Amino acid sequence: MLHTVNKSPFGNDTLETCIRFALPGDPILLIEDGVYAVQARNRFGAMIETILKKNPLFALQPDLSARGISVITSGVTTVDYEGFVELVEQHQVNSWL
Amino acid sequence: MDFVQDMNIKKIMHVLRHAPHGTIYTYEGLEMILIMATYDQDISVVFIGDGVYALKKGQETSAIGIKGFAKTFSALDGYDVEKLYVDQLSLDERGLTEDDLAVAVEVLSSEKIGTLMKEQDVIIQH
Amino acid sequence: MNIGILLKEGPYNHQATDTAYNFAEAAIKRGHTIDAIFLYNDGVLNVSKLMDPPQDDRNISTRWTAFSQKYGVKIYACVVASKRRSINDDVLIEGGVITGLGTFTDIATRNDRLITFGD
Repeated sequence: MLHTVNKSPFGNDTLETCIRFALPGDPILLIEDGVYAVQARNRFGAMIETILKKNPLFALQPDLSARGISVITSGVTTVDYEGFVELVEQHQVNSWL
Repeated sequence: MDFVQDMNIKKIMHVLRHAPHGTIYTYEGLEMILIMATYDQDISVVFIGDGVYALKKGQETSAIGIKGFAKTFSALDGYDVEKLYVDQLSLDERGLTEDDLAVAVEVLSSEKIGTLMKEQDVIIQH
Repeated sequence: MNIGILLKEGPYNHQATDTAYNFAEAAIKRGHTIDAIFLYNDGVLNVSKLMDPPQDDRNISTRWTAFSQKYGVKIYACVVASKRRSINDDVLIEGGVITGLGTFTDIATRNDRLITFGD
């Protein structure tokens, strides 16, 4: 199952909640304000590292670019909208709002 | 008569994560669930985070001028929607127990709810 | 693959509409079929033709009309949610259809995927 998260972790516990329910191996895709979670050197670095031990983590490149985020936490994969579609091809979707 | 599982029956899970009244998401979520319940699908409803407040006993909304709807969740039983699940940790974090809820539910661990999510054909977060 | 889209937020206030649109375009480009867009909650405001943003901004309702006409995809708005928010046939864009949640149930069950965009 693909989980999408669209909220900044600074103002919202959506990412935290999502990872509590995601099963090992489920990919998680950060979109919209969700991408702030993977800006390098922010305070969520350790949390991202923990997530990556269990789940592949993706961030939508157009949303990173739109927010001026050029350096992201290592281990996170960037995808464009086409990559987003590819993830949806492979998995049912759980869109955390 | 043998029951043959209809291939057209889908497993659909509704996830309610917003508190009632402050926003309309949970109320309109309930409206959607009530309609979908009339279509012979395998429906479950899960309350996570502030969504558990929608079930809190003793909600008295007349003074805010908004219709209360906690007890309407009980009506789902009449539509064969019997799978109402509440996340244990969400209750714990809010100092609530099953006794604080106005509707009969099944309280489950996050792991169990996560496993149920994985089994769904469709998940709708409200 | 057949994909249904549920859009739960109105235009401009949230990026949800734009993400839904960009996703739908990308899915079609990869050879998939977008079965329908279903609008719920404030999402129903997407089909108002009264929308008139400043010239230098995208016009979200005309963008949905163009999308609908280009690919033959209907943009459905829930009738109960629409009535709450002043959306009726008089203000409806081309390609928009006001319908019941039964239509949404069909969209949710007949497709390979349902993906939700909202807040």
